[in-house]
Amino acid sequence: MLEIRNLTASVGGNQVLNGINLSIQAGTVHAIMGPNGSGKSTLSNVLAGHPQYIVDGGEVLFDGVDLLAMPPEERARAGIFLCFQHPVEVPGVRMDHFMRAGYNAIHKSHDEEELDPIQFDRILKDKAKIVEIDPLLLKRNVNEGFSGGEKKRNEILQMAMLEPKLSILDEPDSGLDVDSLRIVAEGINQLRSPDKAVLLITHYQRILNYVVPDVVNVLINGRIVRSGGKELAAEIEANGYEGQGEALQPSA
Amino acid sequence: MAQQTATQEQKYVEAWKTSIAGDSPNVPDSIRTLRESAIARFSELGFPTTRRGNEEWKYTDVRGIASAEYGSLVPSPTNRVVTKTLDQHIMGGSVWNRLVFVDGHWLPELSWLPSLPAEVTVISLAKAMSTEPGLVANDLAQHASYQESGFTALNTAFLQDGALIAVPDNVEIEEPIHLIFLSSGNGDGSVSHPRTLVTLGAHAKATVIESYGGPVDGPYLTNAVSEFVVGPGAHLETFHLQQHGKQANHIGSKQVKLANDSSFVAGAFDFGGTLSRNTLSVALEGAGSSCNLYGLYMTNDSQHVDNQVLVDHAAPHTTSRQLYKGVLNGHSRGVFHGSITVRQVAQKTDALQMDKNLLLSDDAEADTKPALWIYADDVKCGHGATCGKLDETAMFYLRSRGLDEASARRMLIHAFANEILDNVGLTPLRVHLEQFVTSSLRFEEQQ
Repeated sequence: MLEIRNLTASVGGNQVLNGINLSIQAGTVHAIMGPNGSGKSTLSNVLAGHPQYIVDGGEVLFDGVDLLAMPPEERARAGIFLCFQHPVEVPGVRMDHFMRAGYNAIHKSHDEEELDPIQFDRILKDKAKIVEIDPLLLKRNVNEGFSGGEKKRNEILQMAMLEPKLSILDEPDSGLDVDSLRIVAEGINQLRSPDKAVLLITHYQRILNYVVPDVVNVLINGRIVRSGGKELAAEIEANGYEGQGEALQPSA
Repeated sequence: MAQQTATQEQKYVEAWKTSIAGDSPNVPDSIRTLRESAIARFSELGFPTTRRGNEEWKYTDVRGIASAEYGSLVPSPTNRVVTKTLDQHIMGGSVWNRLVFVDGHWLPELSWLPSLPAEVTVISLAKAMSTEPGLVANDLAQHASYQESGFTALNTAFLQDGALIAVPDNVEIEEPIHLIFLSSGNGDGSVSHPRTLVTLGAHAKATVIESYGGPVDGPYLTNAVSEFVVGPGAHLETFHLQQHGKQANHIGSKQVKLANDSSFVAGAFDFGGTLSRNTLSVALEGAGSSCNLYGLYMTNDSQHVDNQVLVDHAAPHTTSRQLYKGVLNGHSRGVFHGSITVRQVAQKTDALQMDKNLLLSDDAEADTKPALWIYADDVKCGHGATCGKLDETAMFYLRSRGLDEASARRMLIHAFANEILDNVGLTPLRVHLEQFVTSSLRFEEQQ
């Protein structure tokens, strides 16, 4: 589904990704683990098309199509969803209005039916139950006055509404208490299906106890230095990231 | 240069002679005297300039108005208004009370007063001069001083007609009174001097909307003056809707006087015109009085909007709020000057002022100039100003959910404007403003 080949990228003039290679198949959950500053957020933002992140080289194919040539909205319409590490507050725009606008823009691009507010609300209420969000919260301005946990759960709700092919989750576990973590993880698990894939970016192993990955990749200094099964996450939890970088040396 | 300026003012003085000669014999002597002294004062003051260390006019140059060759300085009463022009201003269906003026003259056939209590007076000033001499003498030109402003002097010198609204003590008007001032643009550019006087007795309540407009193309000048006198415990809510044509210039001055425990609300919306300059001056003269002043200006191309908001806390326990927002595109310019004066007697004053600007292009400019003069020691005063572009992170967030760039921009601009629009409780007006904001954003996109 997703092919990343020798991707290099920079932000603010600093090169952060130093040649990423990664292949993600439909039906799988890939975890990317890495310490602070390893390039985790840069990778997710580059894949979603954030204009402040500059691609310097390499290519990314999504279902065989050049992803990097598309503006962010076309990536969303093609089936990519980024769950933001820091969801953005947008004063003056109501959450449910914003969500319906995105939903309709994506559906319209596929010549599918757009929903009126009543139809949309019905689906939204059902999905809000999954992530235990009070529907009244969705009448408020986008992320404004939401708690940290509400913001994260709300990202999962948006993902559930849009049903993307590839969900990129940028530290969905950061700053969450145990209950919110469980809710977020359940939300992600509900979206697992043979035709969808998940790229789960995290610093800690904790969430991987709830969302069990098929592949764990270790990101250090803008390169994937190791890949393995779910047991790799436990190894990192036990031993830390120190020493992981050396594994790369022979191929570098 | 001075010579040329003198000639520019002379044109208006000559026109004034024609105007006063055309006055009906019913016009009281007091009005004639007022007009005579106002033209004399205009001759002395002339049009304001950006020179002479004139801080008040630092950012707004009216030489274009002074030198404009308007063909019709004394437009004769006409009903030649394009229906389409009027339709753009009509709101509130058949329920709102409405007075329509063209070039400053009242048009009875387009006016409609369906929902007024019998005690309330809503008539044209021309009529009031003979039928309500008391009301006129007490307040007309008593609050908007023509001694200090050339434009106010000019308006007063040409004072023939306008709107008079007088609400007696304890009377509350449910439905708004909508004053629509249109310019005909006839005769290669009409100059008009709309005039409004609103007085509320003790514990009275009313809502007054002033709309200004004219033909989409062609030059004209509107030079409006309004006086609002709010009695003890009374509540007056006002709106200013400037939807002029592209080549119009607008100068407006509103003077407000607030008695004990009265409250005043003013919503100002400036969308059209080439140059518009609004002065809103509020005197909190009575203890416990309060005002809430907010505004939205949306400009494009080379438009220039200047809002001068002057709040004078002259009594204790008075409260004022100012929140103005600008959405500036093209190479347009938004000027905001907000001043708060707190006099020595005005202890326990609570005053806030805020101006926020959204710049949509590199060539747009916002000039904001706060001034606080505080002579009392137990007060709460705050002010702030912001100026910025659309938040790039918010744009990305919206686009990452499938919204195209134009829709995301529109959503964020509308959200910025909503903070002002949310103050408007009158549904027909809110809908009207929403439509205007939406259509002006569509227009921006097409460029």
